[in-house]
Amino acid sequence: MSGHETFIAQHSFIELTARERARALLDAGTFRELIGPFDRLESPWLAMQNVVCQADDGAVIARGTLGGEAAVIAAIEPAFQGGSIGEVSGAKIAAALEMAVREFEAGRKILPVILFETGGVRLQEANLGLAVIAEIQAGIVALRRYVPVIGVIGGMVGCFGGMSLAAALCTRLIMTRQARLGMNGPEVIEQEAGVEELDSHDRRLIWSMIGGEQRAAVGLVDTLVEDDTDQVLDAVLGAFKSGVPASHRTEQVDAQLERLARVDPSAIDPVVLRTLWQGEV
Amino acid sequence: MNASRGQIWFDALTSNEGAASGNEGQEGPIRNADAPLGNTTASFITIVPDPHNRFPRATDNVVGLEQGWLLARAVRNVMDADRDASVKRPIVAIVDVKSQAYGRREELLGVHLACAAGVDAYASARLAGHPVIALIVGPAMSGAFLAHGYQANRIIALDADGIAVHAMGKEAAARVTRRSVEGLDELGDRVLPMSYKMSAYAKLGLLHELIEGINADAPGREDIDRVQSSLIAAIDDARKGPRDLSSRLQSADAKRIRAASIEVRKRMAEQWDAP
Repeated sequence: MSGHETFIAQHSFIELTARERARALLDAGTFRELIGPFDRLESPWLAMQNVVCQADDGAVIARGTLGGEAAVIAAIEPAFQGGSIGEVSGAKIAAALEMAVREFEAGRKILPVILFETGGVRLQEANLGLAVIAEIQAGIVALRRYVPVIGVIGGMVGCFGGMSLAAALCTRLIMTRQARLGMNGPEVIEQEAGVEELDSHDRRLIWSMIGGEQRAAVGLVDTLVEDDTDQVLDAVLGAFKSGVPASHRTEQVDAQLERLARVDPSAIDPVVLRTLWQGEV
Repeated sequence: MNASRGQIWFDALTSNEGAASGNEGQEGPIRNADAPLGNTTASFITIVPDPHNRFPRATDNVVGLEQGWLLARAVRNVMDADRDASVKRPIVAIVDVKSQAYGRREELLGVHLACAAGVDAYASARLAGHPVIALIVGPAMSGAFLAHGYQANRIIALDADGIAVHAMGKEAAARVTRRSVEGLDELGDRVLPMSYKMSAYAKLGLLHELIEGINADAPGREDIDRVQSSLIAAIDDARKGPRDLSSRLQSADAKRIRAASIEVRKRMAEQWDAP
């Protein structure tokens, strides 16, 4: 296939809504949404701050099958409040993970996938957003003892704040080059530490630091994919095939401290880091 | 430099009298020691300012790259020591963390992963049967609290000046929401999860106990005794309950203020299996 034909044959994953993403990954005809928009479980906190609610609160939970096996997908909708995590949207994700743990406790198997697209805590629900992110994290750590928990960071919002920790807890992470993964958004760093620390308008610099290509090159995500739904699906299925690893990235304390010890804070940049951390983890 | 709240309470609970003379054997940003608590031994862990940290944005009591991984190491050392024990020792996370470290190097080098290592270690200790208690004695902010404390079986807090749980610092939140700091206080009185007051946080049903009337900066014997009694009660309660975080949805406050969180669980269970 020529470059042009390859390009035309791709079906963008990023352009899909959360619901469409979940539907596109699940086996055809198996998508079944849980607590969908007609359940009308909305945020109890937005209206009192004059913010318009959304009937699914920006999180889509779907069951179905993946490659013929039972699966559950939690997908975050970037178009509602920047994919931010409120009490209800977060509780939907946490509850799905908790139910998946119960499946294994009952001797049944289910494949969990989280589609990240989030700036982190929804500011209008501050402490409840933070609390529910802790519950999501607890769910991932409990569940990944039984089965790989696979995270996909699609773009264009990326994955930030407390949810970047949730992503890091996933067994395997798949990311597009358009997506970014970081704890503090560039604007927050500029705000807190000054423009000399980071110029949040310097897009080339930001993607060179926290974009998908760099994250894959230094071993902070596992698989880099093009913005193509088939590639995302192949990567998800492949990630499950590898099974639960002997240790997760967040358990490799000595190895990670050793990696960090190799870094000279006064002379580190994205290019140097690639040579220091190339091809590891 | 005055000792940080985390250091003060670490010293108070571990009888670390050498603190004023520079804390022999305890270098860097993490303090960890075992000490008697009631008729058991608990492991105490806190984060302190680290003026000589090689990462310049991580010299305060914040969770940066090294802090996250060293926290994980401290917690995992306790887990390893108790690997074959039938009764796992309690772990007390003394929480006094201003924020995660905000910096360009931190993002490049994956501070999200370092903080996740803290989350993982505490959550894994809890799942292994260690009663994990968070004792909030200072700020418990955002990602730093996620990494150090929010995975605890039980959370207890002092109610004193300078103690707050929140997703974002007050000044930053005022800027982002285009409100004055006073306007933010007014909003917090109307919208409970937005409040910076511990009395409001206590109503969310996430806290096991809010301890009032403690001298947080210079605790006397009586203050320390009260906090120790609360820790012992929280440990006993945690040992009786499940190892997940479901206790946070049980209280009367949780049922009232976080009714939506409970409703989501109920409907998820109802709809989980196809009709």
